[in-house]
Amino acid sequence: MAPSKKSSVKQSEGGNSEISYKKRINTKTELLLQSRRHANDIFDVLEYLQSEKEKEVIFAINACQKIFCALLERGDLYVGQLPSEEEMVEGDRDADEKYHIFIRHRYSNCVELLLDNIGHEVFQVKEAALTALMKFAAAEGQHPLQKLEFSNHYNFPLELILAVVRCLLSGTEDMALLISRFQEFLEMDDVRYYVMSSIRDTITRVMDRNKRAVMPVFQNNVFTLLTNITIPSQSAEINNFLIRQEGKYEDWKAAKLKEQKRAFEQTWLTFLKYKLPGNMYKKVLVILHDSILPHMNDPTLMIDFLSAAYSVGGAVSLLALNGLFVLIHQHNLDYPDFYKKLYNLLDPSVFHVKYRARFFHLANIFLSSSHLPVYLVAAFVKRLSRLALTAPPTGLLIVLPFICNLIRRHPSCRVLIHRPSAADELCNDPYVMDEEDPAKCHALESSLWELKTLQSHYHPDVAKAAKAVNQPLPGLEDDLSKLLELTTFELMERDLKSQSLAVPLEFDPAGGLLKSAKEVLGVHFSLE
Amino acid sequence: NSSRKEGPAKALLHKATSSQIKNNAFEVKINRKKFDVLGRKSKHDVGLPGVSRSKAINKRKDTLLKEFRLKNKANKFVDRRFGEYDTKMAPEDKILQRFALERQRTQAKKDIYNLNEEEELTHYGQSLAEIEKLTDMVDSDSDSDEKGLLSAELTASNFGGGGGLLRKKRPGENDEDESQKHKSRQELIEELILKSKQEKRERQSQKEEAQELTEKLDQEWKSIQNLLVHKTPKAERMEEPEKPKLDDYDVMVRELGFEMKAQPSEKLKTPEELAKEERERLQKLEADRLKRMLGDVEENATQKQSHLSADDLNDGFILDNDDRKTLSYKDGKWNSDGGEEEGQEGEEGTGGEEEEDDEDGEDDGSGVDDEDDEEEEDEGEGGHSDLDSDQASGAEDEEEEENDEGEEEAAKAKPALSEEERKAMQEAAKAELPYTFAAPESFSDLKALLDGHSAEKQRLIVERIQKCNHPSLAAGNKAKLEKLFGFLLEYVGELAMRTPPELATVNIFIPQVYALCQLFPAAAHKVMQSLLGDSAHSMEESIEVKGRAAFPGLDMMIYLKIVALLFPTSDFRHPVTTPAFVYISQALTKCPVTSLESLSAGLVLCSLAVEFVSLSQRFVPELINFLLGLLHMAVPADTLVPPFKQQGKASKLLLLSDAEASNSWSRKAIPLTSVHRVTASTDLEKDHYRLSVLHTCLDLVKRCTLLYRQLPSYVQIFQPVRTLLAKHLPVQSYPSSLQELHREILEAIPETPSKHAPLVFEKKKPIPLKLLEPKIVLDYGKKRGNTKEERERERLKHKYKKEFKGALRELRKDTRFLAQAKLSDIMSRDAERKRKVKELYGSLATQEGEWKALRMKKRK
Repeated sequence: MAPSKKSSVKQSEGGNSEISYKKRINTKTELLLQSRRHANDIFDVLEYLQSEKEKEVIFAINACQKIFCALLERGDLYVGQLPSEEEMVEGDRDADEKYHIFIRHRYSNCVELLLDNIGHEVFQVKEAALTALMKFAAAEGQHPLQKLEFSNHYNFPLELILAVVRCLLSGTEDMALLISRFQEFLEMDDVRYYVMSSIRDTITRVMDRNKRAVMPVFQNNVFTLLTNITIPSQSAEINNFLIRQEGKYEDWKAAKLKEQKRAFEQTWLTFLKYKLPGNMYKKVLVILHDSILPHMNDPTLMIDFLSAAYSVGGAVSLLALNGLFVLIHQHNLDYPDFYKKLYNLLDPSVFHVKYRARFFHLANIFLSSSHLPVYLVAAFVKRLSRLALTAPPTGLLIVLPFICNLIRRHPSCRVLIHRPSAADELCNDPYVMDEEDPAKCHALESSLWELKTLQSHYHPDVAKAAKAVNQPLPGLEDDLSKLLELTTFELMERDLKSQSLAVPLEFDPAGGLLKSAKEVLGVHFSLE
Repeated sequence: NSSRKEGPAKALLHKATSSQIKNNAFEVKINRKKFDVLGRKSKHDVGLPGVSRSKAINKRKDTLLKEFRLKNKANKFVDRRFGEYDTKMAPEDKILQRFALERQRTQAKKDIYNLNEEEELTHYGQSLAEIEKLTDMVDSDSDSDEKGLLSAELTASNFGGGGGLLRKKRPGENDEDESQKHKSRQELIEELILKSKQEKRERQSQKEEAQELTEKLDQEWKSIQNLLVHKTPKAERMEEPEKPKLDDYDVMVRELGFEMKAQPSEKLKTPEELAKEERERLQKLEADRLKRMLGDVEENATQKQSHLSADDLNDGFILDNDDRKTLSYKDGKWNSDGGEEEGQEGEEGTGGEEEEDDEDGEDDGSGVDDEDDEEEEDEGEGGHSDLDSDQASGAEDEEEEENDEGEEEAAKAKPALSEEERKAMQEAAKAELPYTFAAPESFSDLKALLDGHSAEKQRLIVERIQKCNHPSLAAGNKAKLEKLFGFLLEYVGELAMRTPPELATVNIFIPQVYALCQLFPAAAHKVMQSLLGDSAHSMEESIEVKGRAAFPGLDMMIYLKIVALLFPTSDFRHPVTTPAFVYISQALTKCPVTSLESLSAGLVLCSLAVEFVSLSQRFVPELINFLLGLLHMAVPADTLVPPFKQQGKASKLLLLSDAEASNSWSRKAIPLTSVHRVTASTDLEKDHYRLSVLHTCLDLVKRCTLLYRQLPSYVQIFQPVRTLLAKHLPVQSYPSSLQELHREILEAIPETPSKHAPLVFEKKKPIPLKLLEPKIVLDYGKKRGNTKEERERERLKHKYKKEFKGALRELRKDTRFLAQAKLSDIMSRDAERKRKVKELYGSLATQEGEWKALRMKKRK
């Protein structure tokens, strides 16, 4: 109401406004801070916050920040339940109190405008607004606007933080850049703590309002914000606060590592409780094992999420493996039919997915136990080799040594590549590919004819690797780690870089493009 | 002591003969032998120490002692008279020689050409001429008992010859009788000299006389000759016919003798022999290829040469295969289509007509090969080669026109040209092109050279560049041509990427590219590798960013095809073809099929893959996967086949929109340009295109089944294809040829897996047990003189040691000898002194005695 009435800024000033707006804002700021008589000038400054010119907005934001921080420090803002402006006029208060209430109203106007500016399209404006708001939060913490009703109440501008978080977690705009700017505030332990609770609050509110439907942008913002949160590993590291609390320090939740972890855990669980978009699922699973699970009080709470992910199938299951592995390995999780599920995860796509290296790394770990039953290992070996028939060379270069390693670890699987007892009997492959239970797939009665097939693979390295099964395997295991990240181009470069002296040439003279002795292309295609 | 020893030894040496010494038991020292070796002759079993010692001492006296005596003395006399130090020469000989030398010296000073000048004869330094004047005195001097001789002497002095004997005799008589012998010699010499002089004079006079006589005779003969004139012609006539005959014969003989022997040349091979040779060559190459395919043999460097024909000088004047064909001509004609022209070009370019017959040698001057059917062309060229600059400029104008024309042609679809038009253009082009081209330094140079020319002309240009810059012509040419290969490939790529792609031009360049590759395999493989590497790199980048990539362009397909043409794809490992394989695999796995164009691109790659492995029968999983994926696109969308998931509109890309289309479809090749743009616009055309794609696809599957039949997992590999074809593919709506293919494939894949023996390890050679007996080495210890060098070294070492010891011993003996000499000097000096003192004492004693005696006398 007030700002619109007192608009004295003319947008048309144009040319000379470049310097004049700075001068004007500066003089007004000074006047405001000098005496209460100029209190109405605040409207002019606030007007600039809505300007269309970003430079003016930024300058105004800085000015506001200066003004209100100074006013807060002076205690010029009304403390306590704020009466409305109508009440202020009606009620019988002294001028001082009226002034305080007036300023407090302008302050909340300013905060609203700043929150609006967080949604501004120019990043500099957003950034300035965000920093100004955080400055306010710090100042408010120092000079609380609420009366401390009981002694164990900690002064923290909860509402302000909640408002900021809500703005950050926009449902319509990707705030990744601003969130990364916000990260510096997240390093402060109290801010982090209250931000996490604000996130929880926001998620429940937004998701419930949207009837639990998937909201990609919002969830992406939440995810970005959450990944920017890092919980310190030791409680001694919690010493960085936005607002220093006097006394009562020990009981403050934000200062306790356990509480921080709990908040973290709660936030993630709240986030994961709702349906996630597909790629978000993968993103979460990728970081789950090393940036979420270690910071949780009770990682087993993730079991539900992980088992759900594990049963999704495909790449998601592969990624869930990593989290599951951590739980099984470190938290004593007993997962029934884990290996059966792992066995069923093996399908032709494992050689083509992006997370192939991670999968084989984990599979290598899972199958490294020497206490696994032979039938199981044989089933894995046989299935992998069957799948290898469709794999690209980079995948083959991983899986062939892997198979050899498995046979080495479990010498009773050697019958798969060496069965002298039945050397002369011809037999069908008894292995049943479609059987889901590794115990019933008859893998142990089979032989790895697939590797025999791959011995005539076109790539020399693959053929060589497959030929390893022709001889008894040497004792040492092959090192997989170097092969896991091998890309096709690297594979190609091996040959491109090798310095060979003589290059054999084709001896059939070439008469034309489609005229060679073994022409196939020319049969189906013409030159036109 | 030494002098005592020396004395008898010396005496012995001089007096006793060697046999005496040897028989003297005191002189002989017998060297005792440790072992008696039969048949060995030893030189040193008996030694004569006394003899050898005295020999050594004598030698030292001659050398060392002399040196010692002359020590610290600056001057010495050297007798330079002839033979002064020659002990072997008899004194008379010495004197004779000295006399002769002296005479020579005096002779040399005078005029050697003056024959008449008599040397002044002297006798004891007095001129004989002067003595002659005193004849009377001589007479008076002569002895009475030798009257006859005296008179003879007189005559001699009077006639000036033959009196040497007497003149010598006379002083001999007078002075010394004992030197008569000597005198007679001198006389002999003088006599000899005089005689020879006289003879010389006589010969001269005789010669002169004879000459005079012949001259006289000639003159006389001339006067008589006229009388004989009538008779002579007949005799001559008789001779004349004979002569030419003889000459002819002689000439013949000589010619035959000197004629260059015909060089044995290789006989003209019959077609059978040629075929046999060719077959053997191919067999050898094939064997090499198989070895490389199995990967057990490292290729040797000679392999690359082996493709060249036997008479290839490796100078590149003869281009690859076409030259081999030139050998096979018969009746002056050889059957070939494209190669003929090329081969001919090669000859014209170099100006050499190597394989022409002798008859053609006469025509060489004209510089035209008239064997061929392309006479017009030859005339054009022959004429042009003599042209001067102004005509060349005219040609340039024409060329510009031609350029325009060429551009128009390029704008139109090129293949639309009829044969005649093309031929005409070809001729025109040949008439205009310059003959030499500088090798392009950059790609843009080459492009500037080639742009705007017709395909055939471009080929000619490239060919001429290649000829003009042949490595044998200049040093830097090799590098230039190597670069040319790179540029040419780049140009080929650019041609393929043009709209529309000029593949016909590309096709024409292939023989050039192949020839260059054969010349410079190293450079060629580098270029190919970098092309493949760059493209693979960009594909890899886009995969990393987006997770997938677009199919490579037509240029890469052409490059891959060229790889297959230039390099053996069947090798186990090859620096070019292995990366090419990986590249194809990468493209087939990572590039999604989203459009009709990508269908075509994928199929080109599949065909290439099949082509690559057609000989080696290697397994390419990606190929089967891709074909399966394509076939799946032909399945109606509502049915789901296990390994595939539903995925948008691409999943029914191959689904026919109208089943009726198959009735009007006829099989024809898909144009390669469809990789970039499929021309089909109507639904019917699209359906036809789809059917063509399906046909290709099924045919490739069929080829794969044939290729991989032997693999143990054959059924497992093709099982998904089988289920898809048997259960899901809507074959009924396809034309009959497709149905036929479909049926053949299903027959080729058995439903039940075949049986195999279980795997066992390869049998290894049994490792021999460890032997526990000690290892016995027969030749233990240091073995000397194993090699020739070692032996020689040993021998030299031994010799050096021996010599060193000998030298040491000699030095010791020298010093001992010198010490003795010094001692004896001192001794002799002392003895002298003693003697003198004694003498003095003696004289003093006598003096004293005399004095005492005198005193006694006095006293008395």
